Amino acid sequence: MRTDSMSNGMIEFRKELFADERDDTLNEIGKPTRRQDILGHVTGRSPFYDDHLFHGLLHMRCARSPHHAARIRRIDTTEAELSPGVVRVLTGRDVPLNLNTLLSLLDFGIDDEPVLSTDRVRYRGEPVAAVIAESEAAAREAAAKVRVEWEVLPHVLDVEEAIRPGAPVVLEIYPGNRFVYHGRYDHQKLRFGDVEAAFRTADHIIEGRYQISPIEQAPIETCGAIAAPETNDRYVCYTSTQALFFSLATTSKLLRLPSSRLHFIGGTVGGGFGGKVDSVHEPLAVLGAMLTGRPVKFMWDREEEMQVGGPRGAERWYIKDGVMRDGRIVARKFTGYFDSGAYTRLTSYAVIKAVGHLPGPYTIPNVHADVYCVFTNRTPATAMRGFGITGVDFAIEAHMDKVAEAVGMNPIDLRILNAYRDGDMKAHRRVAKNCALIECCQVVAEKAGVQLTSASRAASSRQGGGGERGRIPAHTALDQVGRVEGFDTGSYARKPARQAQATAARPAAAAPAPAPPQPRVPRLEPSRAASAAPPIPPAPAQPAQTGGPARSGPIRFSSISGFRRR
Amino acid sequence: MVMKPVALTLNGSFRAAFTAPGQNLLDLLRRGLGDLTPKYGCGQGGCGACTVLVDGEPHLACLVLAEAVDGRNVETVAGMSGATPHPLQEAFMAHFAAQCGYCTPGFLMAAKALLARNPRPTREDVVEAISGNLCRCTGYEPIIEAILSVAHGSARA
Repeated sequence: MRTDSMSNGMIEFRKELFADERDDTLNEIGKPTRRQDILGHVTGRSPFYDDHLFHGLLHMRCARSPHHAARIRRIDTTEAELSPGVVRVLTGRDVPLNLNTLLSLLDFGIDDEPVLSTDRVRYRGEPVAAVIAESEAAAREAAAKVRVEWEVLPHVLDVEEAIRPGAPVVLEIYPGNRFVYHGRYDHQKLRFGDVEAAFRTADHIIEGRYQISPIEQAPIETCGAIAAPETNDRYVCYTSTQALFFSLATTSKLLRLPSSRLHFIGGTVGGGFGGKVDSVHEPLAVLGAMLTGRPVKFMWDREEEMQVGGPRGAERWYIKDGVMRDGRIVARKFTGYFDSGAYTRLTSYAVIKAVGHLPGPYTIPNVHADVYCVFTNRTPATAMRGFGITGVDFAIEAHMDKVAEAVGMNPIDLRILNAYRDGDMKAHRRVAKNCALIECCQVVAEKAGVQLTSASRAASSRQGGGGERGRIPAHTALDQVGRVEGFDTGSYARKPARQAQATAARPAAAAPAPAPPQPRVPRLEPSRAASAAPPIPPAPAQPAQTGGPARSGPIRFSSISGFRRR
Repeated sequence: MVMKPVALTLNGSFRAAFTAPGQNLLDLLRRGLGDLTPKYGCGQGGCGACTVLVDGEPHLACLVLAEAVDGRNVETVAGMSGATPHPLQEAFMAHFAAQCGYCTPGFLMAAKALLARNPRPTREDVVEAISGNLCRCTGYEPIIEAILSVAHGSARA
């Protein structure tokens, strides 16, 4: 039999904790299982995107900016086009819609990033032309022959320098080098109680500054895509993407092709960690296949992966705590800066996630946060394993240690004292439930041989919460700092022109309404069959799908769960 | 461009192909001979994903000129299993020694070469043998355990 790491002591279940909240009729958890794709992995037969052979495969390689910021006076592809083995050289003029922001698919943000820039570059390595050639070597040689006349512009590489008055503007649509949320504020705010009043009554004021550098995901398989014309007027695209439908819809948008003409195949990803969601390769590979009629591979080499692959962005955090002598944190103020790099991509969303996470898993009655998505002339940042949370968690926990030192407490005791208890009100006005930080701290202390106070040992997530701690403060100090006037949100849903165009472009949508789906009868589990099943109401008649009335507004991320439910 | 013929034994079969000047073994195997099991990770000998055996010794296929394997015996993961998986493959499955699977063929080749020259390696020997292979999903510990289990005859899954 296979060995079981869980019984080897690598994982230990503490089933006595919250035993009454759980029924232990679990079939999978706690038992080893074999992943379904592992036979493919150990035989080398798992089909990664580059494991598809095409006759006549062409190779694409980009010519890139050597400057952090520059105006493009002229792009001359003549010499590159004459280079041996070159089939075609693409510039931004070949891209049907040469401007995008990833979250436009969710009606969030303004299109800001070209596929191939025609007028300006905003980070080192930004692509300005894509050479398609018979071999990788020929494409590489020709890409070096794309001549660009640059007018070098001043650049800015630090978040706080970028928001100073007079700093070079990275993106013209965001003149303050800050993403604008919902057309109203140049940052995300969290206001709960009154931190300034609480600071005046606190015994200690403890401040800290924390930062992380960008981190490249560095998957062993570099990002890429292969696209080829099919015989049915569609294009097949094998891709390394972690977000297949994101890549499909982005390609559909940028190439102005209905998604029904795109046949995307993915799902076997050679390591992603967030770095394969940007949908950079698929649009260019498909465009190459469209314009040459041949299969085209666009694959980053390792150097490109490291230089232009979107990393986890840099972050800088300032934290100021008001703390009582006994260790209670009564106020916490954050100022945070996320380095989005030269374009938005997903950093606007990372900031929302971060703010939803504040002030960490601690009940603090006064919280204030201003968190900025800042543009700089660095490689655009993107997703990576818990992005939005990881950096600020590092800052919060480093700061907790600093607070513990200042008040002379054991850091674990300090955490238990301030931890969320069930029923506590969080700073974003949701009630904490199913808390378990205290129990985790107690187990950690035991394992590490740390002697906790008797109060810490006796503490429980289920005791001491709620009541006064469960109330929203009677007074919350508000302000208009960072208010932006007259800013167009750029929402798709609000653009009448696009509405009309979308309706016109999709006549099939107004065709006969599909039959309403049959209500699904839930399968009753034996254990639940005894209780009377509620009557299943008939499904409401489905309205016919038409161009429809305009939606009332853009979908917004809620501060907590990502999307506002509709 | 002058193409050059090469003839080699690939996983026990006699194969021949034309190589272009400067073509590396990885490209010959993948594009020329259709063996897609060695992977491209860096093209600079840094990651080990393209590790294959040439006359039994592990080599980085991205750094070997294709014409250099003329008359040689090349082995890849494609030739590892017969009707049933190789004990190393069984061990990698049993020990969860693959996550995304992209680096796995390289690790298997490095492990196979190790066990061929040293059937009873120590843990240090295993670590040394896979030191040229990178796994970004952080799987080194299960990989080491998997290789050791084969060496110590406890690999039956």
